[in-house]
Amino acid sequence: MAERIGVYVCHCGSNIAGVVDVVQVAQWAAGRLKHRGVIIARDYKFMCSSLGQELIEQDIKELGLTRVVVAACSPHLHEQTFRNACARAGLNPYLCELVSIREQVSWVHTDKVAATEKAKAVTSGGVERVLWDEPLEPLRVPIHPATLVVGGGIAGIQAALEIADGGHRVYLVEREPSIGGHMAQFDKTFPTLDCAACILTPKMVSVGMHPNITMMTWSEVEKVEGYVGNFTVTVRQKARCVKTDLCTGCGVCEEKCPKKVVDNVFEAGLGYRKAIYTPFAQAVPKYPVIDRENCTYFQKGTCKACEKFCPTGAIDFSQQDELITLQVGNIVLATGFDLFDSRRIPQYGYGRLANVFTSLEFERMCNAAGPTNGNVVLRDGLTAPKTVGIIHCVGSRDKNFNNYCSAICCMQSLKFAHIVKERTGAEVYNFYIDMRTAAKAYDEFDQRVRDEGTHVIRGRAAEVTDAARMPGEEGKLIIQAEDTLIGRQRRIPVDMVLLAAGLEPRRDAKQTAQLFGLSCSADGWFIEKHPKLDPVATMTEGIFIAGCVQGPKDIPNSVVQGAAAAARVQGRIQQKEISLEPVRASINEHRCSGCRICNNLCPFNAILFHDDRMVSEINPALCQGCGTCVAACPAGAISGTVFSNEQILAQIQGLLMLNLNGGRVEELVAA
Amino acid sequence: MTEQFEPVIIGFTCNWCSYRAADLAGTARIKYPPNIRLIRLMCSGRLDPTFVLQALASGADGVMITGCHPGECHYLEQNYKAMRRFLLLRRMLTQMGIEPQRVKLVWASAAEGARLAQEITAMVEEVRALGPLNWGKVEVPAFSPHPSSLKEEVPA
Repeated sequence: MAERIGVYVCHCGSNIAGVVDVVQVAQWAAGRLKHRGVIIARDYKFMCSSLGQELIEQDIKELGLTRVVVAACSPHLHEQTFRNACARAGLNPYLCELVSIREQVSWVHTDKVAATEKAKAVTSGGVERVLWDEPLEPLRVPIHPATLVVGGGIAGIQAALEIADGGHRVYLVEREPSIGGHMAQFDKTFPTLDCAACILTPKMVSVGMHPNITMMTWSEVEKVEGYVGNFTVTVRQKARCVKTDLCTGCGVCEEKCPKKVVDNVFEAGLGYRKAIYTPFAQAVPKYPVIDRENCTYFQKGTCKACEKFCPTGAIDFSQQDELITLQVGNIVLATGFDLFDSRRIPQYGYGRLANVFTSLEFERMCNAAGPTNGNVVLRDGLTAPKTVGIIHCVGSRDKNFNNYCSAICCMQSLKFAHIVKERTGAEVYNFYIDMRTAAKAYDEFDQRVRDEGTHVIRGRAAEVTDAARMPGEEGKLIIQAEDTLIGRQRRIPVDMVLLAAGLEPRRDAKQTAQLFGLSCSADGWFIEKHPKLDPVATMTEGIFIAGCVQGPKDIPNSVVQGAAAAARVQGRIQQKEISLEPVRASINEHRCSGCRICNNLCPFNAILFHDDRMVSEINPALCQGCGTCVAACPAGAISGTVFSNEQILAQIQGLLMLNLNGGRVEELVAA
Repeated sequence: MTEQFEPVIIGFTCNWCSYRAADLAGTARIKYPPNIRLIRLMCSGRLDPTFVLQALASGADGVMITGCHPGECHYLEQNYKAMRRFLLLRRMLTQMGIEPQRVKLVWASAAEGARLAQEITAMVEEVRALGPLNWGKVEVPAFSPHPSSLKEEVPA
């Protein structure tokens, strides 16, 4: 039976039609590709609209189309739309090809004639390819109902709670001894100034007590295998050296431990902890961990004070790391951010000038449970500052470091200004580039802080120095900045400088991305499936992202993303199975010579060798469809659906217009 | 004035990185010359060197192979296999008298639309400078017959 192909060229309003002569492309396809089976070629304003889809459906029914080519946008956008349209009209959806003449033609080219020629070539490639398409059925994969959430910050907590409340098992893996993340370190949250602990700790407790949540703190994901619906995850449970079934969290061990260590994580280097510790009083779980690198027993072989004083005998120095294997259907990554290291901007003097603080240090300082009991003081721990300078955009919106805006620092700096004023009555100067307070009640907060008497100076601070040049500057830190509103250089002497450091991807974000098979943007944030319409899904089916791992954001937005990811996961679990593209390789046993070249190429161990019959076979459940074995088989015994040799070779010839009636040469002469 | 030679380049892209980079270049309206025509594969590891030879033999003046950066392959490590094949292929092509600039391997992540556009622009210029490949004169393989008449040939 001869194939009957319909070609549909989309205007996409003026998106395509503005550059490509779509009418000409359609007419050309109808004329020059007629002998290849094209019986109808139409152009239409919006193919993806319901009218456009109905056009295809109608043609399939009335003209008896056996294959469809749509020349429109990227298949990543609307492939499914047109496949569904075909399916509704009774045509197997895999006999439809969507070729991109928008993202890859009209949007990237300016020469209208050349763009139209390319659009013809691309359409011709699609026509040749579609001839070799085979009717297929989507693969249906069951979804394991358990979910892995990585990262116990506010985004991960929200995701875990929502999924668990939906009645499904959640494994929450956190690297630190307690969940809580960065939010647990903060004192107040903008713009309402609620106490961070007051709103976070009830959620942390809920996580700890939830019957559906298995919390795994002091743990890290080591290996991820499998695919959507059926991941096998290996988690390293680091040795706590505390038996959690015996420990009551009384804190005696911490009290008796003789070894004091600077706490660079939770206290941001501003305070101390012991070698056996829980990071903060409201930690969940309440069990401490022993930091082996600083523990006197592990370093010198003697001490064991904690063991001696533990009333329940919960200390166990012999504990070893444990590898735990989990079966999950979906994964939510909420691994958060790291703070920009302010030492990288030496002119701001952090690390050199004692009274320059980072934002996280200041968060700890103003926290009532922090190292200074909430007193805003200089590095000496006693003196309250009389003037404070706050520098915005440290490491953000800066070509030398990060181009992006860290989104939270303006509001955070305003919050700092308010807290400093409230606690010390000091004069506060905020140095900003642009005040970015665009969210509910944020701008009102800006106004409030200004009304309280905070001075705001529009200009990026050039440097912070202790070299006095003018009277009144002695013994002070001087912030030099150009006030761009009055067009003058200004020198403001202050006692204390706060650097609103930007947010950066975790230092090990790249490794995490590789572990889970995701990709990072140039800045290092994980890439979402679609920046507007699919912000928490990723290109890897079954893996979702939430919170700052996707890009800088504040607490409300992190919570939104955590909840969004949870909703997506629950939808999946509810469906019980998922349809996957039937892109799979298979081996023709009659052609297989048993050379085993393909066996070692497969990273998923999907190819097994039958010793008795001396042939290889592909397990379709393990095959991911990359096609490497197809390309490698010297006997041509392996074929891959959707991307077969025939499809690709035909597409090459189509793209090079070898298929025209009259041939390419005539076409060139005619042009 | 003689007309400028417009090379035709076939580009092989990976579904997960470079095809998306090409989409991103489009979304961001980054311009590059229309001489390249892209084919989507699931992975650069799918690239059978035959595809490259076939493209060159069928009239392409150059071939660009693109894939995920080393270590970022969606299928763990298949881009390394593409790289191995590419190095062998390039050696073979050199022996066949084909300038190495005509077949290129480019890594482009999904975020690198601008970089991919740059690479395409550079390659088009290079191949333009080299002139037509003229392999077409050698003997273009006859175009494959209509599949419906072919399917029965494959032994069951």
